[in-house]
Amino acid sequence: MDIFVQQLINGLVLGSIYALVALGYTMVYGILELINFAHGEVTMIGAMVALAAIGLIMGAAPELPGLVIVLGGVLVAIPACMLLGFSIERLAYRPLRRAPRLAPLITAIGISIVLQNVAMLVWGRQYIAFPPLLPQGRHEILGAHITDLQIFIVLLSVAIMLGLWFTVRKTRLGRAMRATAQSREVAELMGVNVNTVISATFLIGSALAAIAGVMVSAYYGLAHYYMGFMLGLKAFSAAVLGGIGNIAGAMLGGFLLGVVEALGAGYIGDLTGGFLGSHYQDVFAFFVLILVLVFRPSGLLGERVAARA
Amino acid sequence: MNIGKISLSASILALALAGCGEKPETGTEVVRIGSVAPLTGPQAHLGKDNENGARLAIDEINAKGLVLGGRPVKLELIGEDDQADPKTATIVAQKLSDQGVKAVIGHLNSGTTIPASKYYRDADIPQISPSATAIAYTAQGYRTAYRVMANDEQQGRVLGQFATGLMGAKRIAVIDDRTAYGQGLADEFEKAARAAGAQIVAREYTNDRATDFTPILTSIKGKAPDLVFFGGMDPQGGPMVQQMKRLGLNARYLGGDGIQNANFLKLAGADAEGVTASSPGLPLEAMPGGPDFRQRFESRYGQIQVYAPYAYDAVQVLAAAMRRADSADPAKVLAALPQTDHQGVTGQIRFDAKGDTTGGAVTLYQVKNGAWVVLETVK
Repeated sequence: MDIFVQQLINGLVLGSIYALVALGYTMVYGILELINFAHGEVTMIGAMVALAAIGLIMGAAPELPGLVIVLGGVLVAIPACMLLGFSIERLAYRPLRRAPRLAPLITAIGISIVLQNVAMLVWGRQYIAFPPLLPQGRHEILGAHITDLQIFIVLLSVAIMLGLWFTVRKTRLGRAMRATAQSREVAELMGVNVNTVISATFLIGSALAAIAGVMVSAYYGLAHYYMGFMLGLKAFSAAVLGGIGNIAGAMLGGFLLGVVEALGAGYIGDLTGGFLGSHYQDVFAFFVLILVLVFRPSGLLGERVAARA
Repeated sequence: MNIGKISLSASILALALAGCGEKPETGTEVVRIGSVAPLTGPQAHLGKDNENGARLAIDEINAKGLVLGGRPVKLELIGEDDQADPKTATIVAQKLSDQGVKAVIGHLNSGTTIPASKYYRDADIPQISPSATAIAYTAQGYRTAYRVMANDEQQGRVLGQFATGLMGAKRIAVIDDRTAYGQGLADEFEKAARAAGAQIVAREYTNDRATDFTPILTSIKGKAPDLVFFGGMDPQGGPMVQQMKRLGLNARYLGGDGIQNANFLKLAGADAEGVTASSPGLPLEAMPGGPDFRQRFESRYGQIQVYAPYAYDAVQVLAAAMRRADSADPAKVLAALPQTDHQGVTGQIRFDAKGDTTGGAVTLYQVKNGAWVVLETVK
């Protein structure tokens, strides 16, 4: 029982990080129908910038409490990532907005490779350790261990997701975003500044990516120029699983993928009597993804999109 | 537009012609040697370390001057990146063969060294790996395949005996990263530990890109092991130790040379304390030329990761074979390699019929106060 609860906790923490990154994919897709493959790399840059800032703050004022130092790092990383996301859209995607859909997709993959290599040149090839600044308190629930950091990650993710959901549903900007998502041309005719809306989408998505990046590196205790790739892929799968373009779907998909992965890796060996080992954990996660897509091609919460007029 | 294209192709042509006519110095023959290791990706720090080790040796040989067949020879290192990926490794191997390198130092990982070795055999190019330790590499019977480090059979056996003996482990969980190295070492360890009467309570797997091990560690925790063995490298080993502590899995942690390096200490932080790991060969300080090598290497490239002395020795062994053959011709060098008896930085290097080093020692280390401390050396 305690093992099962522990696996659930593992999955929830992982899933809330996936969900946060998946929101970035899903928002951009919802509005531009573009899969922004560079999003995982924005997450990585967020982690790297935060770590660099944390290093500087620690050097200048080592007597500050750990939480404040990390917060300082996050506050530097968010604007840095927002600037990056904004520039990517402005320089790489906007000129291609009327191009065939494949062109921006390939550009996105290109940007992702460029960002990886730039990060490698700037921060080196080594894994960078995240200093142990955050509270490491450990609690027991039903025999399973959960740390302060894990609780914090889940709560913060849920709060951010609710905030985003509220923004999209209840604010003027949100209404403009939904209008743009439905039809860019008509929204424009109604007086919505589509370029501003798209830039805002990239700014919000990149800010979320920065937070997710810091969370991942704090949780695993390391950052690396390659870390955005797999994270991006998993988060993208989460977005597809939940129904790409759908914000609640991205959250659901993220949590689901995290839990399926944890349970899969934890039990697959025992369930198959050692025939399939825990190295099939990704297979397990993607198998669930395929299964869902076979029966619900537009994802769990995705609407069936009728052909556009 | 057209004019631009024409002038561009003209300048490319000019460059190509210039390249053909290039002669470095009159009378000096340039001999190209490939060095392959992951220069990008999670193990890039280890790869750069190997390449720097090889480069140091090449520069020293060139500075001293190498004369083969009466002509002065200048060695040139061609560094290639295999990304620690078996598929890329074969592409790089093909590329190096096509470029006509006279020998190859590499690759770093067993998983890349083994598939690449076939290409070097087909092209009759001598290959000396500084750090591939999987048994399968030399067991293929290729006459081009050599290595200068003790293999996993020796290392796994020592680790297995140590775990059950001095560490007194009875219930052991084994994790490997599914690479030829990690899997091979874990298999040999498991064999030795079982033979010594320990029970293997779990066998779990991860990969060499993973950062999250909580699911498998949680599963292992349910089986209450007193020791966790990891066959893999430091980018996984470091976070794994942290996650063990976080999950309240209070077992001892043992690994091979993949985690016995400075980076592991950085990644594992305070949780590294008490971790035990082995490394083939003697500790750098106890190597015949160790302290001197450290000084020469670190004044140029910074801190040694782990395999640089072996890459250095691999080049020296190769150069010695070239001197004996009085030629850089791969066929003649291959004929001279079996007679190797070289006093290197890492020790006396001789090869057996398979291309393995004879009499490789294995040293056990433990983390104490944030540094690797030698426990004992097993010959």
